[in-house]
Amino acid sequence: MKISTLFYTIKQGFANIFRNKWYSLASIATISACLFLFGLFYAVVANFQNIIKTAEEGVSVTVFFDVDTTDARLEEIGQDIAARLEVSEVKFISDDEAWATFGPEYFGENYAEGFPENPLEGDNSYEVYLSDVSMQDALVTWLNSIPEVRKVNYSELTANTLSGANLLIAYVSIGIIVILLAVSIFLISNTVAIGISVRKEEINIMKYIGATDFFVRAPFVLEGMIIGVLGAGLPLILIYSLYNYALNYIVERFSVLSGFLSFLSVDQIFKFLTPVSLLVGVGIGFLGSISTVRKHLHV
Amino acid sequence: MIGGFYMAKRKEALRKKREKMIEEKGVIYLDNVSKSYSTGSPALNGVTLSIGKGEFVFIVGDSGSGKSTLIKLLLRELTATSGNVHVMGLDMAKLKHRQIPKYRRNLGVVFQDFRLLNDRNVYENVAFAQRIVEKSASEIRRNVPSILATVGLAGKYKAKTKQLSGGEQQRVALARALVNKPSILLADEPTGNLDPKNSWDIMKLLEEINAKGTTVVVVTHNREIVNAMEKRVITMKKGVIVSDEEKGGYIDED
Repeated sequence: MKISTLFYTIKQGFANIFRNKWYSLASIATISACLFLFGLFYAVVANFQNIIKTAEEGVSVTVFFDVDTTDARLEEIGQDIAARLEVSEVKFISDDEAWATFGPEYFGENYAEGFPENPLEGDNSYEVYLSDVSMQDALVTWLNSIPEVRKVNYSELTANTLSGANLLIAYVSIGIIVILLAVSIFLISNTVAIGISVRKEEINIMKYIGATDFFVRAPFVLEGMIIGVLGAGLPLILIYSLYNYALNYIVERFSVLSGFLSFLSVDQIFKFLTPVSLLVGVGIGFLGSISTVRKHLHV
Repeated sequence: MIGGFYMAKRKEALRKKREKMIEEKGVIYLDNVSKSYSTGSPALNGVTLSIGKGEFVFIVGDSGSGKSTLIKLLLRELTATSGNVHVMGLDMAKLKHRQIPKYRRNLGVVFQDFRLLNDRNVYENVAFAQRIVEKSASEIRRNVPSILATVGLAGKYKAKTKQLSGGEQQRVALARALVNKPSILLADEPTGNLDPKNSWDIMKLLEEINAKGTTVVVVTHNREIVNAMEKRVITMKKGVIVSDEEKGGYIDED
């Protein structure tokens, strides 16, 4: 391809947007609407997942051992626990540390006065944190199978609630994505249909004059991709402002919430949302224009 | 190196074969061509005709006589159901999809409804045809004003096509068809939307173009023009050629 043809293609790609102002605006609005809904949905779901993940990270299983378990064996069991996939962190709590924590909690500041010796002596334990709470039952069963383990403390309700919430979010996400996809396809196919009627004549003329498929297609495809970028950029700007505003509003008005709910920063949201939205926008623009032109190439 | 040599030799042999074909059979040659659509009777039924290099030919006939199908076969928009269509020595049935654009650059086409790009001005409409054949910017700047002057539109190159009269729009279409110096000019009802004066002006332009060596094929209903111009007239009816006369006239259907 000659350089002049390349420049012509690029120039025409941009010029087409202005030539068919209403079609371009309709396409940009359609892509923007779809990606705006997608962006909002992603921001909400990502925050939900983050809140649940933070809650999951706090869920722990405490393992107590027989008093006569040797330090070497305790060490060995600690390594076995840490090696398991569902375990994110293992903390060893010695009998002295346990007494230093629980003593003041139950007997006040002077807890040591009535107890010359540590009443929890030999009561060493591990605090095990999970990376996936749904695996808690499997971990507890395995821990109980270790002969030296005396007792395993865990909350079945917390784990079940959190994994239930996780599952619910997954189902809702899939449902909403399917609905969004269906709405997008419907809106985009309608917009493409408008594009076909606008372009039919122009493509026919080009083909009669002897334009190659590439020459006909390239400006339209470029135009589609530019529309895609604009269609993705607008909702990104809007969501950025909205998200920042909503986050500040929640933190200021409902400061109580921020104590136990952790929200993602706008940067964390946009690290994923920006490339995905741009990719989807460009992809829709590319495929939409390719399919519009293809129907009229065989003249 | 050797491959390139044989390739060049093969191309030269093909070119000579095409030239021989044109010399013997004409620049347009249809041999017992039929074209049927999925419904109804055949649009063309056993048509055989030959048009020589540099000829000026009218194709006349009522609606449904097969004129439009014939033009579509020549443009390679359609392929024949049976028989052979050769244009400039090329067998249309053997032309691959990717070869069609290059083939069409040898044809200039003018339609009744002009088919201009209405969002561009006169200059851009004509330059567009040059860009398709990848002419350089300097060639376009030289060729477009020259062809616009030929069709009498030198002063209107900046005008939007919708601001022009029907006759002027057809001149733009003609300029676009001619700017790439085609071997054959196909004009499908070029005066169908024009008043008598503009119709005559367009026909005079076509005659001038023909005088410079371009083969001109005009499909028309315009009885006065056909009768006055005394050119070869091929009359079609229900998909067959009913007469083919040198310096002929419009044959009434009755």
